[in-house]
Amino acid sequence: MSEMTYRDALNLALKEELRRDPSIVVWGEDVALYEGSFKVTRGLLAEFGGERVLDTPISENTIVGVAVGAAMGGLRPVAELMTVNFALLAMDQIIDHMTKIRYMFGGQVNLPMVIRAPGGGGSQLAAQHSQSLETFFMHAPGMHVAYPSTPADAKGLLKTAIRDNNPVMFLEHELLYNSKGEVPEDPEFLVPFGKCDVKREGNDVTIVAYARMTVLALQAAEELAKENIACEVVDLRTLAPLDTDTFVASVKKTGRAVVVEECWKTCGLGAEIATRIYDGCFDSLRAPVRRVSGLDVPMPYSRKLEKLCIPQVADIVAAVKETVAAKY
Amino acid sequence: MKEASLRAILPDHELVRMYEQMVLCREFEESCAEQYTKGHITGFLHLYSGQEAVAVGSTHALHKDDYILSAYREHAQAIVRGAEPRRVMAELFGKSTGICKGKGGSMHLFDPDLSFMGGYAIVGGQFPIAVGLAFASKFRKEGRIAACFFGDGAVNQGTFHESLNWARLWELPVLFVCENNAYGIGTSVERASALADIHKRTCGYDIPSVRVDGMDVMAVHEAVKWGAEWVREQSRPYLIEALTYRFRGHSMADPGKYRSAAEVELWKSRDPLPAFAIRLIEEGIVTQAEMGAIKQEAIAIVQEAVTFAEESPWPEDGAVWEDIYV
Ligand SMILES: Cc1ncc(C[n+]2csc(CCOP(=O)(O)OP(=O)(O)O)c2C)c(N)n1
Ligand SMILES: [Mg+2]
Repeated sequence: MSEMTYRDALNLALKEELRRDPSIVVWGEDVALYEGSFKVTRGLLAEFGGERVLDTPISENTIVGVAVGAAMGGLRPVAELMTVNFALLAMDQIIDHMTKIRYMFGGQVNLPMVIRAPGGGGSQLAAQHSQSLETFFMHAPGMHVAYPSTPADAKGLLKTAIRDNNPVMFLEHELLYNSKGEVPEDPEFLVPFGKCDVKREGNDVTIVAYARMTVLALQAAEELAKENIACEVVDLRTLAPLDTDTFVASVKKTGRAVVVEECWKTCGLGAEIATRIYDGCFDSLRAPVRRVSGLDVPMPYSRKLEKLCIPQVADIVAAVKETVAAKY
Repeated sequence: MKEASLRAILPDHELVRMYEQMVLCREFEESCAEQYTKGHITGFLHLYSGQEAVAVGSTHALHKDDYILSAYREHAQAIVRGAEPRRVMAELFGKSTGICKGKGGSMHLFDPDLSFMGGYAIVGGQFPIAVGLAFASKFRKEGRIAACFFGDGAVNQGTFHESLNWARLWELPVLFVCENNAYGIGTSVERASALADIHKRTCGYDIPSVRVDGMDVMAVHEAVKWGAEWVREQSRPYLIEALTYRFRGHSMADPGKYRSAAEVELWKSRDPLPAFAIRLIEEGIVTQAEMGAIKQEAIAIVQEAVTFAEESPWPEDGAVWEDIYV
């Protein structure tokens, strides 16, 4: 184990995999010479050279489409979208092509490719640069979606993503890049897809979260512990496949659930998770499932307003208290 | 070849006004950098220092009601068009008195009364919108053209090509102005574009184009004057590529290590402000003493803008729910 940042853990995963498998190539806007807008690809050009690490024009749909073609042609591309907001320009290749090709062609071809995309709000980047689009990708069958909350998960999930023979949308949270944690050094350390991680155990209420929301949920749990409310924090880690068993088992134990999502509330992933909880353990529930969500508004720039739009620790604490207090 | 005298092109007061605006924009941007360092301006901040000749030369060659659209490096475009510096600064501070009530920030200035139709932060997002504005203007027989400003990096987006084709096909009055500052973040034009001569890329769409020195405000003015009138009369698109340079990094977060010091120095030696100042003095339009006063006046305006922004109230919490729907 060694302590490193989420950014460095991702960087290490890329390097280890590039060393292991010569069919892996990396491209995106400013990933090579500039070493990435968020420096996740630092050192890749120097170590692996310009044949495997390439800068692209600002052409998102084509960045993804060329990766689809290269994957079809026997490579394992890891394409970076500078931020997830620009995935909207690539939705045609992502949804119309990447997720459909295997099925539509009767399973005759695999697309072992990864699209990395940083995202999330909280840096006053305003409406076009602060979006949480995770639900958009979960909604479409045909790709896996990972969204780590810790450096260890970041490394292990990215390595699994690169080795996966399915297309993977790999989301990274911009505000987590500098967060630190212990990361296994073993180059064979992998985090499986479709397995939630119980990041904190407790008997009173289950908090289901992912990515930065997990970090906030753990802080909320810490505060609530002082008031003798024991929270179990379940980190989804992959949004597709979605490990329903783990969070349903947790809610069966606690009888109460709060889902924390950074995305917009309407049709957000919290709605899906709540439904799965109702389906899976309605009888065990002692209160309705609550959602703490991003506000259903385009993100305002002003930091005073922005704060209102993104779930805060205090919002989670309040929601948990209401859930625990509810009598039915 | 001797350059034409400035007076033969524009009246003194307009020439002076152009210079004042260039100085104001430079002071405004440098003040923004300071306010960012102090934490008053947050988020992304892309400064225009070095490119002033493009905004000023262009705007003075357009009609007041011609539409202007730009990307996220657009403070100067908005101010030259007439936006009050104090309301732009307040926007950057996220205050309720800002030009977009603090909702847009640095990358999203907008003022329909000035026909300033926005700063857009999705590279290439403004192209089709400019085409649509030109369509509306033509449909309503308004005689306005749409001037669409964009960077060298934006020409590799599909929307650029789709919009060129569309504007030519429907014969719409769009003036495309590429501010080629040689880089899209850290990627030079040569490393992003198969044909680095951006103005030549219009030939596939039968759209005429020209390349102009974007550090020379009068050269930009002349090209845009001619181009805008051609666009207006013919109701057809035209493209101008202005060669320019940003003196700072891509944004405040960029140390700009991909450019050599020699390259930056070379371009700084071509700074459009002193270059224009020298011509104004040589032709006796402005005296050396007046130059000093112009700078002092710009500094005062910017200081007042900062004070206004500082003292302005934050938006009310309820504002978060306003402006989503009519
Ligand atoms: C669709 C999209 N892709 C990527 C980005 C990230 N990005 C912001 S500015 C920029 C470079 C644009 O360069 P250019 O068009 O030359 O404009 P300049 O910044 O030089 O003014 C990039 C890649 C973005 N904002 N939008
Ligand atoms: Mg540029």
